[in-house]
Amino acid sequence: MGEFKVHRVRFFNYVPSGIRCVAYNNQSNRLAVSRTDGTVEIYNLSANYFQEKFFPGHESRATEALCWAKGQRLFSGGLNGEIIEYDLQALNIKYAMDAFGGPIWSMAVSPCGSQLLVGCEDGSVKLFQITPDKIQFERNFDRQKRSAVHKMLVDRQYMGVSKRKCIIWGVAFLSDGTVISVDSAGKVQFWDSATGTLVKNHLIANADVQSIAVSDQEDSFVVGTAEGTVFHFQLVSVTSNSSEKQWVRTKPFQHHTHDVRAVAHSPTALISGGTDTHLVIRPLMEKVEVKNYDAALRKITFPHRRLISCSKKRHLLLFQFAHHLELWRLGSTVATGKNGDTLPLSKDADHLLHLKTKGPENIICSCISPCGSWIAYSTTSRFFLYRLNYEHDNISLQRVSKMPAFLRSALQILFSEDSTKLFVASNQGSLHIIRLLEGSFKHLHTFQPQSGTVESMCLLAISPDGNWLAASGTSAGVHVYNIKHLKLHCTVPAYNFPVTALAIAPNTNNLVIAHSDQQVFEYSIPDKQYTEWSRTIQKQGFHYLWLQRDTPITHISFHPKRPMHILLHDAYMFCIIDKSLPLPNDKTLLYNPLPPTNESDVIRRRTAHAFKISKIYKPLLFMDLLDERTLVAVERPLDDIIAQLPPPIKKKKFGT
Amino acid sequence: MVEEESVRVVRCGGSELNFRRAVFSADSKYIFCVSGDFVKVHSTATEECVHILQGHRNLVTGIQLNPNNHLQLYSCSFDGTVKLWDYVDGILIKTFVVGLKLHALFTLPSAEDSVFVIINKEKPDVFQLVSVKLPKSSSQEIEAKELSFVLDYINQSPKCIAFGNEGEYVAAVRDFYLSVYFFKKKTTSRFTLSSSRNKKHAKNNFTCVACHPKEDCIATGHKDGKIRLWRNFDDDKKYTYTCLHWHHDMVMDLAFSVTGTSLLSGGRESVLVEWRDATEKNKEFLPRLGATIEHISVSPAGDLFCTSHSDNKIIVIHRNLEASAVIQGLVKDSNIFTGLMVDPRTKALVLNGKPGHLQFYSLQHDKQLYNLDIIQQEYINDYGLIQIELTKAAFGCYGNWLATVEQRQEKETELELQMKLWMYNKKTQGFVLNTKVNMPHEDHITALCFCNAEKFENPTLVTSSKDGHFKVWILTDDSDIYKKAVGWTCDFVGSYHKYQATNCCFSEDGSLLAVSFEEIVTIWDSETWELKCTFCQRAGKIRHLCFGRLTCSKYLLGATENGILCCWNLLSCALFVFKPSEPRPLYIQKNISREEVQWGVFVPRDVPESFTSEAYQWLNRSQFYFLTKSQSLLTFSTKSPEEKLTPTSKQLLAEESLPTTPFYFILGKHREQQDEKINEAFESELVQLPLTENIPAISELLHTPAHVLPSASFLCSKFVSSLLLSKETKSGEEIPEDVDMEEGKESDDSDEENDFTEKIQDTNNTDLGEDLLHQLSKSEEKELRKFRKVDYSWITVL
Repeated sequence: MGEFKVHRVRFFNYVPSGIRCVAYNNQSNRLAVSRTDGTVEIYNLSANYFQEKFFPGHESRATEALCWAKGQRLFSGGLNGEIIEYDLQALNIKYAMDAFGGPIWSMAVSPCGSQLLVGCEDGSVKLFQITPDKIQFERNFDRQKRSAVHKMLVDRQYMGVSKRKCIIWGVAFLSDGTVISVDSAGKVQFWDSATGTLVKNHLIANADVQSIAVSDQEDSFVVGTAEGTVFHFQLVSVTSNSSEKQWVRTKPFQHHTHDVRAVAHSPTALISGGTDTHLVIRPLMEKVEVKNYDAALRKITFPHRRLISCSKKRHLLLFQFAHHLELWRLGSTVATGKNGDTLPLSKDADHLLHLKTKGPENIICSCISPCGSWIAYSTTSRFFLYRLNYEHDNISLQRVSKMPAFLRSALQILFSEDSTKLFVASNQGSLHIIRLLEGSFKHLHTFQPQSGTVESMCLLAISPDGNWLAASGTSAGVHVYNIKHLKLHCTVPAYNFPVTALAIAPNTNNLVIAHSDQQVFEYSIPDKQYTEWSRTIQKQGFHYLWLQRDTPITHISFHPKRPMHILLHDAYMFCIIDKSLPLPNDKTLLYNPLPPTNESDVIRRRTAHAFKISKIYKPLLFMDLLDERTLVAVERPLDDIIAQLPPPIKKKKFGT
Repeated sequence: MVEEESVRVVRCGGSELNFRRAVFSADSKYIFCVSGDFVKVHSTATEECVHILQGHRNLVTGIQLNPNNHLQLYSCSFDGTVKLWDYVDGILIKTFVVGLKLHALFTLPSAEDSVFVIINKEKPDVFQLVSVKLPKSSSQEIEAKELSFVLDYINQSPKCIAFGNEGEYVAAVRDFYLSVYFFKKKTTSRFTLSSSRNKKHAKNNFTCVACHPKEDCIATGHKDGKIRLWRNFDDDKKYTYTCLHWHHDMVMDLAFSVTGTSLLSGGRESVLVEWRDATEKNKEFLPRLGATIEHISVSPAGDLFCTSHSDNKIIVIHRNLEASAVIQGLVKDSNIFTGLMVDPRTKALVLNGKPGHLQFYSLQHDKQLYNLDIIQQEYINDYGLIQIELTKAAFGCYGNWLATVEQRQEKETELELQMKLWMYNKKTQGFVLNTKVNMPHEDHITALCFCNAEKFENPTLVTSSKDGHFKVWILTDDSDIYKKAVGWTCDFVGSYHKYQATNCCFSEDGSLLAVSFEEIVTIWDSETWELKCTFCQRAGKIRHLCFGRLTCSKYLLGATENGILCCWNLLSCALFVFKPSEPRPLYIQKNISREEVQWGVFVPRDVPESFTSEAYQWLNRSQFYFLTKSQSLLTFSTKSPEEKLTPTSKQLLAEESLPTTPFYFILGKHREQQDEKINEAFESELVQLPLTENIPAISELLHTPAHVLPSASFLCSKFVSSLLLSKETKSGEEIPEDVDMEEGKESDDSDEENDFTEKIQDTNNTDLGEDLLHQLSKSEEKELRKFRKVDYSWITVL
C-alpha cells in the first residue's frame, strides 16, 4: 500500500443547513429535500440513496413547503410568497409565481395530482390548476382570521381542532374520514370528520409534534417531534379473527438530536429530517422483501458532491461554503517519524483568503487550478474567475472581468492539469472550453449537448495530458471528448446507476468511473472499450461488503509513479485498489487491518488482495495525493457540527 | 396423648409467600398464596389467614382457580400431584397424580377437563409445557397420565408463560425470544430480539410475559427495564411492537387489568406502575412499597391488585392504587447477623428483617408481629452501595431492654459503629430508643450480653470487641431540670494482654462475668470488676461461651472454632474437653437438611410436651428452631404435619357457616350441654353419651361440600346408626408417665449460643393444660386417671 505522509485537515468549518421539508415521490422513488438555506436536493432512493441533483439556495427564498405533482413535477413554496417549479432536467428553476397571499406555509397536491393547494400567511387557501407547462390560479377559499398552518391534504374544510395556545402543526385526512392532527402540546389526535369529535388521543412527547406523513395504503403513518424522536403508528387488527382495527403507536426511533421538521413515508421506509441536518431513512423491516443491505438504516449528512478542491503545486485547499470561499495553505513539517506517529508542525496552516459572494445566491461549484493561481466559482446567475498573484507571503486577488454572456451559471468547473484551460459545464447541457492566459482568457470551443437532450453535465474529468475530457450527467452515459480535435470521441455505455466520480488515469488514459451502487469500471479511452481488469472484476463481482457501503465514492485519483494503483474514497473509508493483486472473493476479509510488520511475508502475500482500505479518517470529505509521498485528508467530525447547532430541547436523562 | 413417633424435621412456617403469584377468589374476598408445602387462604379485608390447605408433600408450585367452579382451587406441587380444593371449607376434594415434578400450573376456561403444567422430562434445564387431561372419576386419588405436549424449551418460571385471547394462543419467553403457539392452527411463531454483546442490546433478555385479555397484544418485560407490547404476531413478517420504558432495572412481573385498559408492571424499584391505554406518557405510580416487586396479580372481579414482594409480603391494592392490606411473612431477604433470639415478652422469634429492621415473628401463628426500625434511615436499594447493617442485638432484663449494634464499613480503616439501647415502653407496647452510643468500640463488636440476674437492680450490659477491650455499661440517672430520664454510660473497660475479646457471658446469678480473649477465658467478679482467674487451654479460638444453669451453674462451657467443646468447673478450675460427638450426646439427628444450618434457637413451649423416652426429653420444655442457609425455618417435631396446627379454625368456620337447619339446632343444643357435662364429668363419674362432634359420620356429613356428598339414601342409614349409643367406648390413649423434669443442661449439646431455657417450674404434671388439676392431690389424680381410661378421648377435641 505504501507509506504516506498525511495532512489531516480538520479546519473545514462546514455546517450543512437544517432540513425543512421532505417530499417523497412514489413513481420515480425519488425524495426531494429542502433545506433552511433554500437548497433543494433530489435523492434517488433506487440508486442507493444517491443525491443526484440539487438546486442551489437563495437567501430570500426559504422553502416552507415542498410537493410533487403528477408527471414528477416538483413545486415549492416559501416565505417570499412564490410558488416555484423546478426543472429536473436542466437543474434550474422553471418559473416562480407569486401566490399573492404573503408567505406560503403549506402546500398540498390533490390525490389525482392535477391541483395544487397552498396555505398562505394571510389565512387564505388558494387552489391552482396544474397545466402542462405552468400553474394557473383557480379559486380562493374563504379567509380565516388566523394564519393557515394546517396542511390540507384534501379539499375540505375542517373546524374545531385547534385549542387555545395549541398550534396544530400538521393534519392528515384519511379516506375513511379520520383526521389525524399533530400539535404543539405533543399530542397525536384522531378525529371523526363527520361528527367533529375526538376519537383517540396519544400523548407522545413533552414538546411539539411537528410533522406527520401517511403511507399510501393508509395503514401506517409517521410523526416527528421536537425532541428528535420519530414515532411510527400502525393500523393493526384488534384480534386476529375480527375485522376491527385500531391505530397503535409502535416503534419510536431516536436518530435525531434536534427537531424533526419533516417526515415522509415511502412504501418501505420512514424518512425524517430536521434541524440537526441529518436525513435519516429507516427501512421498515416488515416491508423489506429480502434482508439485504437496503434494510439498514441510512443517515445522510454530507452532500454527495465535492466541496473542496486542491492545488497540488502550492499545497492549497479551497473550501466552498454556501456564501463564501476559503483558501488555506497546508502546514508543513520537517520532522520524520514511524508509521502512525503524529508529526509536529513546523509551520501552521494558513488561512489565506476569505472570498464572499455578492448577492443572495448560494455558490453552486468552485475550483482552484492545480498551479494555484486561478480560482473560479459560480452561482445561479453569475460566473466568477479570479487570478491570484503570490509575492512572497502576500497574495493579491484580481477578478477577471467581462465574462462572456454564455458563462452565466456553471454546474461544474475544472482546470486542466497545466492550468492553461478551464472547462465549464453549464446548466444548459453545454460544455465550454476556455483558454487562460496571463490575466485574460479566450473562449475556445463549446460542445453542445446531444440533440434532443437537455440533461446537464455535473461531473467532469480531464486527462493529465490534457487530451481527453470526460463528462457525465445524471443518467445518461459518460461522454468523452477529444480536446485536440474538439470533437466527441466516444460515449461509455449508460449504466443503471448514476455516476458519482470520474477520473482519467495518466499515461494509459483509462477512464475510471464509480457508480452509486459502488461498482467501479475502468474504460480505456484510446481503445474505446472496458479494460481487461474491469471485465475481470465485473465477471467476478465485488466483495459483498464493498457493495454494502452506504456512502458514494466521491473522488478518484491516481499515483503518478504507480500506474496499477487507483485511489478512491467515500465518507467513511479511503481505498487503494492495486490492480496487480488478486481480487478478493466473498470469503476473504475485505477490511484487512495493516498486517504487523513482524509477520512473515508469506502470510502477508497470501492474505493480500487488491483492495487496501483504511478507515482511520472519517467522516472524510476529501482526500487527494499532493505528491508521491503526501496525502491530504479533510475530515469533518460530526461532533463539531453538532456543537455549532442551536442547543436541542433539554431532556432529563435518567441517572444524571 | 403424644404418641412416641420418631422425631422428624419439619418446616414450621415462615415459608415464602412470594414464590408464585397470589390468586384472588372470584369475589375478591380471599387471596390464595403458596407457602411452602401449603396453600394459605387469607381474607383480603382483614389480612387474616382463614385456611391452610395442607396435603402436598413438597413445595407447592402453582395455584389457579378452577375456571369451571370458582369455589374450587387447583394446586400443583413438586410432589407430582395436582390437587383440587374447596377453599371455602378448606377441604381437599381430589388428587390427580401426574408423577412428574410439576413446576407451574395454568388453567383455561376453554380447556374444561385439562390443565397445563410445566415439567422437565429429560435434561435438567429443558422445560416443557404440557396439557394434562384430568379424568373424571369419583375416587379421591386419580392417576392423570394423559399428557399432551404443547411447547418445548421454555423457561421454568410461570411468569414466562401466558395464555391469551381466551386460550387461542400461548406465549412463552426465554432468553432472547418470544414464541407464540396457536392452538387452532397448531403453529408456533418465534420472534427473536437482538442479543449482541454490544451495550445497547446486552440486556434484551425477556423476563416475563402477559397477554391482553381482549386484544391480540402480548406484553413482555425485559432485563433492561423495557416493556414491549407485541401486536400482529400472527404474521411472522408484519409483527410489530411498542416500547414502554420507565423501569431502570429488570421488569419483574407484568399484569393486565381485567378489561385490558391498563398494564401493571413492577420491579426492583419497589414501585407499582400502571400504564393506562398502553401509552408511555399516561402512567400512574404507587411508590414506596418497601421491597422488590416479585409478582403482580389481578383479581377476576377487577377491583383489587396484589403485589408479592421479595421481603415475603403480599400487598393487596385497590383499583385506585391504594394499598389496603399487607400479609407479611417471615422476612428473609437479608443476612441474619443477629442470629435467632427469643423475645422474653412475646416469645416471638427475633431476627434481622427488612434492611435495618428487627422483626418479631410469631412462630405459633406464622406471621410477623412487629417490625422495629433500628437504623432509622432511608434504605436506598442499589447494587454496590455499602449499607448500614444491624449486626448484633440482645435482650436484657426480661425484655425490658434491647441493645443493638449497627455498623458500616466502606474501607478497611473506616468503620462506623453505633450501639443503641432501647427501653420497652409499656404504654405503647414497643421499644423506644433510650441511648445512642457512637463508636462504642474501636473495632467490630463481637458480643453483647446483659446481666439477667434478679439481684442486680442496675441493668448491666457487657460488650466485647475486636479492639481487645470489653466494656461494661450500666444504666444511670440522666435526669435534668426538664425531665426525669435514665441513660447508659460506660462503667468499666477491661482488657487482657491486647487479645481480641471474642465473647462474653454472665453467670446465672450475675456474680461472674466470663470474657474470652481468643484462646483464653477470663473470669471477672461483676461487683468489683477484678480479674478472678483465667483459663488457658490452647484448643483454638473460643467462639461461644456459656455458663451452666441451676445445678450445673458451676460449669462454664466454651465452644471453639475447631469444634471442641470445653467445660470448666469453676469451683475446682478443672477442665473437661470433649468433642460433641464423643461423649454420649442426648440426641443426634443426621441429615436434617441439605444446607448448612446457620443459626438455631430453643424456644420455650407454651404448653410443655411430655416425652417419655430419654432421647426426646430435651424437646419437652422447649422447641429447637433452626435456620438454614437458604433461610428456611425448620424445627423438630414428632407430630404428623396434619396434626401440628390446631384444627380449631377449620371447625369454627364450618360451624359459622352452618345454616339454621334442624341439624343446627341439634348441634347447638349439644354444645350447650357440653360445658355442663364437662363439669359433671369431673364431679360425678357418669358415663356420658358421645357428642355429635365426635361421631365421624356426622362431622363428615357436615364438613363435606354438598356437591361431593354421596346420595342421601346412602348417608341416611349411616347417620342414624351413628346416633345410636355405642356399647364399647374407645380406649384412652396411652397415658404418659410422669416425666422427670430434671434436665439441667439441655441446651449444651448445641454449639450455638442458644440458651433460653426457662426456669424449671415446680409442677411436675403437665400433660393436661387445665389449671384446675394443679391443685389436685395425688390421690385425686389417680382417680382421675382411672376415669380417663374409661372415657376421655372426647375431651381432647375440645
